[in-house]
Amino acid sequence: MSGFRTLLYKEILRFWKVLVQTVGAPVLTALLYLLIFAHVLEDHVQIYPGVHYTAFLMPGLIMMSILQNAFANSSSSLIQSKITGNIVFVLLAPLSYLEFFLAYVLAALLRGFIVGLGVLLVGLLFTDIEMRHPFWILAFALESGAVFACAGIMTGIWANQFDNLAAVQNFIIMPLTFLSGVFFSIHSLSPFWQGASHLNPVFYMIDGFRYGFFGHGDVDPWLGLAVVTPFVVLLSLLTLVMLKSGYKLRH
Amino acid sequence: MKSAVRLRGVEKRFPRVHALRGIDIDIEQGEFFALLGPNGAGKTTLISLLAGLSRASSGSVEIMGFDVTRQYREARNAIGVVPQELVYDPFFTVRETLRLQSGYFGLRRNDDWIEELLDNLGLSDKADVYTRLLSGGMKRRVLVAQALVHKPPVIVLDEPTAGVDVELRQSLWAFIRRFNREGHTIVLTTHYLEEAEALCQRVAMLKEGRIVALDYTANLLRAGAKRRLSLELAPPELPTALLPRLLGREGGRFILDLPDYALLEDVLGSLRAAGIAILDMSLAQADLEEVFLKIMHGVAP
Repeated sequence: MSGFRTLLYKEILRFWKVLVQTVGAPVLTALLYLLIFAHVLEDHVQIYPGVHYTAFLMPGLIMMSILQNAFANSSSSLIQSKITGNIVFVLLAPLSYLEFFLAYVLAALLRGFIVGLGVLLVGLLFTDIEMRHPFWILAFALESGAVFACAGIMTGIWANQFDNLAAVQNFIIMPLTFLSGVFFSIHSLSPFWQGASHLNPVFYMIDGFRYGFFGHGDVDPWLGLAVVTPFVVLLSLLTLVMLKSGYKLRH
Repeated sequence: MKSAVRLRGVEKRFPRVHALRGIDIDIEQGEFFALLGPNGAGKTTLISLLAGLSRASSGSVEIMGFDVTRQYREARNAIGVVPQELVYDPFFTVRETLRLQSGYFGLRRNDDWIEELLDNLGLSDKADVYTRLLSGGMKRRVLVAQALVHKPPVIVLDEPTAGVDVELRQSLWAFIRRFNREGHTIVLTTHYLEEAEALCQRVAMLKEGRIVALDYTANLLRAGAKRRLSLELAPPELPTALLPRLLGREGGRFILDLPDYALLEDVLGSLRAAGIAILDMSLAQADLEEVFLKIMHGVAP
């Protein structure tokens, strides 16, 4: 297992060395959303009784940061390694595809969590947030982060150039995370969009995560878990099959 | 004893290219072996198969008796590959790179060996420099060190001296020779045929995915190309008795075929008998380049 530990360590060291870019920048972005939306909406919108809009916004921003950064970490690490060619160092080593998978997923999760924690700490400067059910917070953070870490691995391996990756990031990941109830409750939507949101797995991720903070959600967190868990299993399996086949890595 | 490298009926098909067409090679342990061939002959494809970077369409590839796909852990532990491209990880220093590579191979305390590698490859004063900041030659040395962190019994170098200055080339080969003396098997591809000639006991020549020659370097040199005698004569004419030996003219010189030194006496005798004086004479040995060109194109240069 020491090969796996080294790969995990290398993946962590990779983003750790450029922390300003990999953690500082996304925390700042989240902070800007917080300032702008909170400033505009704080006095006009109250979604859950007794919960300020700024407080309501926090869990959504944290989850969005976890998801986007988990995805960014595995995908950008892989595409950089592929384009610069240094992926060969890992491919030459006696590492199994399972070790490869775990190292990339865990490093991506860690980066997502560090950014998430950063957003939380910054958010605490502006508003009080309660954390009623840490179990749900952790469960949704882990599962959702893992889904996006896997998606990042698949995208990083599939993409031939940075353009491909940027397209997935801008046209799939961003809209998916933005339109999943980060900034609003889906109850404020028209019935059609409410229905559509129920088909979006990211909605359940954010809603369940938020439930962990306030004990309020649009749907029951168990339902959320029942929706998200199969996605964790499905994406993990797809990623493992892809890695095992050597797709785009070992011709 | 198991072969260091064993290929049987290896085929590699890409969507548009049939890169390898039935390769059989056994490289014995302790050999210094060269893979030669023009660009696109399949050398790098072959090395990718040995390294597990690519999978054969059919046939079997074994390193030290381990199948590269079924026993990939053992096979990859047994081989160290210096890739052709100057690749590096921009995030790490030379020492970090070597420590990470050791770790991938399960070696957690490898600093003594890393120091020795750095020292022998003239990298000691660059150990804590980011690899991306090094010159091309230095990056090449780092790649060599990376391939050797786990002291693999089989060392594969894919054109390690392309674009490398003479001094580094010399010191690199001295270092690799040392490994060979200690029993490591060396497989290299190179465009510098004099290198293969000087270093390798055996040579395989590839052309369009097939092996067109596989023999001891000495045998190839003996059989492949003729020894040639170059003469400048006065008057500049050749006695009729020597005409069958004439290979051609180079400027004012006559190039004669001389398969055996003993025949030199005949040539000199004929010239003396015809009253022709020798102004200048030189004897050209076949070199691997000539053999190579002859095998690749079917003609002497």
